[in-house]
Amino acid sequence: MSPGGPGTPGTGSGLDAAISLQRPGFGLDVELAAAPGEVLAVLGPNGAGKSTLLGVLAGLLRPDAGHVRVGDTVITDTAAGVHVPAHRRGVGLLAQQALLFPHLTAVGNVAFGPRAAGVPRREAERRARELLAEVDVAALADRRPAQMSGGQQQRVALARALAPGPGLLLLDEPLAALDVDATPAMRSLLRRMIRDAKQTAVLVTHSALDALVLADRVVVLTGGRVVEHGPTREVLTRPRSPFTARIAGLDLVPGTACAEGLRTDDGTVVSGRSDSATAPGDRAVAVFPPSAVAVYAEPPHGSPRNLLPVRLAAIEPRGDVVRLRAGAVDGGPDWVEGLAADVTPAAVADLGAEPGSALWFVVKATEVGIHAAGS
Amino acid sequence: MTTTLDQESRSRRRSAPDRRHDTGVGLPWLLWIPAALAFALIVFPVLGLLIKADWARMPELLLSDAALDALRLSLLTAAISTALCIVLGGPLAVVLARGRLRGLRMLRSVVLLPLVLPPVVGGLALLFLLGRTGLVGRGLDLAFGITVPFTTAAVVLAQTFVAMPFLVVSLEGALRTAGRRYEAVAATLGASPALAFRRITVPLVLPGLASGAVLAFARCLGEFGATIAFAGSLQGTTRTLPLLVYLERETDVDAAVALSLLLVVVAVVVIAVGRPRTVEGLR
Repeated sequence: MSPGGPGTPGTGSGLDAAISLQRPGFGLDVELAAAPGEVLAVLGPNGAGKSTLLGVLAGLLRPDAGHVRVGDTVITDTAAGVHVPAHRRGVGLLAQQALLFPHLTAVGNVAFGPRAAGVPRREAERRARELLAEVDVAALADRRPAQMSGGQQQRVALARALAPGPGLLLLDEPLAALDVDATPAMRSLLRRMIRDAKQTAVLVTHSALDALVLADRVVVLTGGRVVEHGPTREVLTRPRSPFTARIAGLDLVPGTACAEGLRTDDGTVVSGRSDSATAPGDRAVAVFPPSAVAVYAEPPHGSPRNLLPVRLAAIEPRGDVVRLRAGAVDGGPDWVEGLAADVTPAAVADLGAEPGSALWFVVKATEVGIHAAGS
Repeated sequence: MTTTLDQESRSRRRSAPDRRHDTGVGLPWLLWIPAALAFALIVFPVLGLLIKADWARMPELLLSDAALDALRLSLLTAAISTALCIVLGGPLAVVLARGRLRGLRMLRSVVLLPLVLPPVVGGLALLFLLGRTGLVGRGLDLAFGITVPFTTAAVVLAQTFVAMPFLVVSLEGALRTAGRRYEAVAATLGASPALAFRRITVPLVLPGLASGAVLAFARCLGEFGATIAFAGSLQGTTRTLPLLVYLERETDVDAAVALSLLLVVVAVVVIAVGRPRTVEGLR
């Protein structure tokens, strides 16, 4: 167990891991590192080895070769024969399913970890209630899991995972099983409780948005190997593997949150809807799907919309639609580079567009989400 | 346990098909005949007992010394045997459900043996093992002067022998249903295997344990063959209710019927209290 109580900034320890595990028809061979307080997202298609990786970090699987260090503690080292059992690792887990203990109340669930560490009942329950308040479910403290919604259960599960003050927290698609309605609030909560609290974490996800909002850095895993890694926005805006390109198929504009939406570093304002966790002044990204971008040859007039001058860089046929890739116009902002717009082949013909043409990308403010996104 | 069962039955009722509209795919009508016969085979003998009973003499018959001795002995030995089943069979179920040794599958089929073995054969086997000339019995006799057969301890052993599989099977099922996921979560929260077992696993399988214990208790109460072979039929020491029923059948049929009805009542109570899903999934 790491020093420092739950919720205090910088509870996390650094992670350093090199893991090799071979199974019939599958091999995992990765190196990972996360600085103290950093959130590392692991993206990858099904069968890429994400679950195996988490199993090894949690101590539920023993790798064939390699080591795992959390802070200064070696918890796995095959060469030295070290395999610290799961319950002595200080590695917490929040999975897709909340898996709250059905026979315990919310308080009982959250107090379980501290109790296991020898904290007296009264003290453990006091801490549990505090944590439940921090995840906004203080009112449910004395309820059993069966009397809570999926989103509420997941909040309690987060409080429970944080309660022992883990050096490393593993997040295994923590939003995947939630209702669409419950997801944004839980995502904001995770950001507040994990990223803002400097809790070192490894986040496995399928969602580019989750990675963008929650993670500092990303590794992309395919076939048991790391195929891409780097700062989240860099990896997602310049995808190099087909998998990343597919899941990242979103337009991203970095900047600072402001009242209208987002202000880029060169002062352009992109209007959009902020999620509840984003306050003016936060570093943020504006996110919109390429299908929401309309393309004009001349600047249109009308409802409040974002109007971006671009130079057409590439035309990529994608099934029924054609993806237009933007490049910067001379003297214009460079952040438009790489933005994509999906339009019909007929529209391309109408525009008479070809690489090098000057065009306007137009996005309705209602299609643009503004998400706080650190670094 | 009751709350769990209540919740379960409530949810089952909620999800039950709407009978007025849901016609389903139908049932071959021919099945109704053997099904009705099977049901009759179970119900009619019990009804027969009720008709045959001499209700006027009932109090006298049930309160005789022999009957009270037998009832007391039956309840006492069944309770001890059930406790033994829990203490020994509980851990066995955990090992079978969670152990990773090779050959556990073989072991599981051996555990089921008393379910399919004629009880009288089990009784004989116990006698040959623990009898005064038996493999273990000789040693016990020489070293400690202990003789097991034809004592109350023998009744308990015989009942434990036949009832053990009921507890093990239903508890093992509960353990498998609960799965290992909660235990894994407990481990990531810092709970040692022992703590996770005590605070998570045991409470989760408590309903399964309770229903297994009820089944085992019922089986103990009804035990006849192994008891008579291994413990004999001595009033107050080894003559349990079923043995008394069999004995009275020769001399006083009314008494046998009265005692049988007593056993029927106990059985009905047991079914009412402990008829959970484990009975349905037993064999």
